[in-house]
Amino acid sequence: MIRLIARPAPSRFWLWATPVLAVLATMVAGAVLFAALGTDPLEALKVIFWDPLLGANAGYFRGQLLIKAGPLMLIAAGLAVGFRAGIWNIGAEGQYIVGAICGAAVGLAVYPAESVLIFPAMVVAGALGGWAWGMIPALLKNRFGASEILVSLMLVYVAQNLLAWAAFGPLKNPAGFGFPGSRNLQQYPSAHNGELIAGSGLHWGGVAALAALVGTYVLMSRHIAGFRIQVAGDAPKAARFAGVAPARLVAFCLGLSGALAGLAGMFEVAGPSGQITDAFGAGYGFTAIIVAFLGRLNPIGILLAGLLMALTYIGGDMAQLMLRLPAAAIQVFQGMLLFFLLGFDLLTNYQVRFGGRVGA
Amino acid sequence: MTLGGIDLVALAAMLMVASTPILLAAIGELIAEKAGVLNLGVEGMMIMGAIGAFAGAVITGSPAAGFAFGALAGAGMALIFGFLTQVLLSNQVATGLALTLFGLGLSALFGKGFEGVRPPATEKLDFGALADLPVLGPVLFRHDWVVYFSLAMVVAVWLFLHFSRSGLILRAVGENHEAAHALGYRVVAVRMAALAFGGALAGMGGAYLSLVRVPQWTEGMTAGAGWIALAIVVFASWRVERVLLGAYLFGGVTVLQLRLQAAGYAIPVQLLSMAPYVITIIVLVIISARHRHGAQAAPAALGKTFHASR
Repeated sequence: MIRLIARPAPSRFWLWATPVLAVLATMVAGAVLFAALGTDPLEALKVIFWDPLLGANAGYFRGQLLIKAGPLMLIAAGLAVGFRAGIWNIGAEGQYIVGAICGAAVGLAVYPAESVLIFPAMVVAGALGGWAWGMIPALLKNRFGASEILVSLMLVYVAQNLLAWAAFGPLKNPAGFGFPGSRNLQQYPSAHNGELIAGSGLHWGGVAALAALVGTYVLMSRHIAGFRIQVAGDAPKAARFAGVAPARLVAFCLGLSGALAGLAGMFEVAGPSGQITDAFGAGYGFTAIIVAFLGRLNPIGILLAGLLMALTYIGGDMAQLMLRLPAAAIQVFQGMLLFFLLGFDLLTNYQVRFGGRVGA
Repeated sequence: MTLGGIDLVALAAMLMVASTPILLAAIGELIAEKAGVLNLGVEGMMIMGAIGAFAGAVITGSPAAGFAFGALAGAGMALIFGFLTQVLLSNQVATGLALTLFGLGLSALFGKGFEGVRPPATEKLDFGALADLPVLGPVLFRHDWVVYFSLAMVVAVWLFLHFSRSGLILRAVGENHEAAHALGYRVVAVRMAALAFGGALAGMGGAYLSLVRVPQWTEGMTAGAGWIALAIVVFASWRVERVLLGAYLFGGVTVLQLRLQAAGYAIPVQLLSMAPYVITIIVLVIISARHRHGAQAAPAALGKTFHASR
């Protein structure tokens, strides 16, 4: 007989051991999956996890790592704050898209003027766009009690349609020979979010991600607001008695995560992606949820988890190219990782006892 | 009968077809939630049902076998969710999300070889003279068996919840799992069964999309239908007869916007495509506001982890 005994407090050891265990288990399960797809599993794991970091052309891929990890970390930093408070913003993908549309729209509106003020204005517009999109579920939850999970998720589909509309309509490149998609911001110096150090992959989005991680770390561990967020998540009733206003908490968490997701979208559209197209939303907003959990809702953890998830993106592209593995294999891989993490978390919150009498 | 260039009879007939996938998934989720489990993985179970059914139907050549495969795929996904949340006591919201992400990926992986293939057609049932009735004939009596199956499911689930002993146990488990456990009911077993049933129906809903409604396999083809099904359960205040109403309402909106697209109104297609999602939000808000200060309609133990300490 196996029995589970609830721990009075989560085990600190298992809190950090479970993500490592989950990654290892996912690699094993992934190897089985790859073998089932007819690919040499060891070769696949090497291409995905080893070659981009230490293989022959690693110099190029290390730059890609920051490009992919930046938006993931930036979005996850905001989501983690909300998840701690038990506020489930799962529509970051929508906030990311709206931030990109708003940021790009500001840049495109003043094209081809050149000024140092254009880029900062785009940053502000991107953050505001994401914030506004995040505030919709916050407002509807506070005013009417509507589930923020469902509303924020529905808004992803609305945002995707908005994106397609913008790409085919108002933001379409007038000089694009009728092709959908906006002008390429990479060819517009005042709006371009280029690499800060050549070859490093670091653009302003990466800087913003690091700043967001430091900021949320300070907020959560050094500020009264962070303490309130923590209490609200762990013991909602106690929080209410302690004078935490739930409505303000909802607005703060959804607004913050929305603004950060919007920023991520804006930096992406002005940088690596370059233009608004209907295929712009690439699922960063959903992967960031995995990053937040894998990083234990902790800024340092999110930094590591973001880099790891970026590695699976790059390795996945490589595996697609070299081993003809389908792109979806990486999505399955990421889903399994979250499964294993959530499953192994049993060890964090419960003690497992074998044998023993009932009532002992 | 036409209104603004739209044929109302054809609209009503299409509505029945468009609503069926959401209706099936929402009935399944209703049972799971009545047992106290919030499974946010409906979208993932639906899409696995869609590809499972599609592959099954193409390989066996029988659409009915396809639906069976779809139901199995959905139930299998639900059991993964059940194992994680009921045995390993993981957080239901996060696990449901993981199930959706996993299902979207895995279905795309399985579906690689099935793009551009046509599935065997699901035959319409023959009602003889009834099908020739004016108005009623095309609207009610010219559909395939799954449409009637989904309606029969509404009645069956209503009877089950209100008039059967097992239905009472299911509701007890969903309202107060501690008390149900103390009375000797096996909370985890009941919840696993409810989840598997919900998964099977979600899988059939996905199957209906890929085998009848579209009929084709494309990656991510559920496009939020699973999430709309979740919203409909809230909209219905956890009552199955209102699930029917909700599903047909949303089916109606979907069909109407498709017809408006086809009728060539000067509204951009993308803005029309938003309509079902925007209306889902609006209805969700109205229903939530109504229940704000009144009696809570949700099962009391919904989403809570059950750990038998004794």
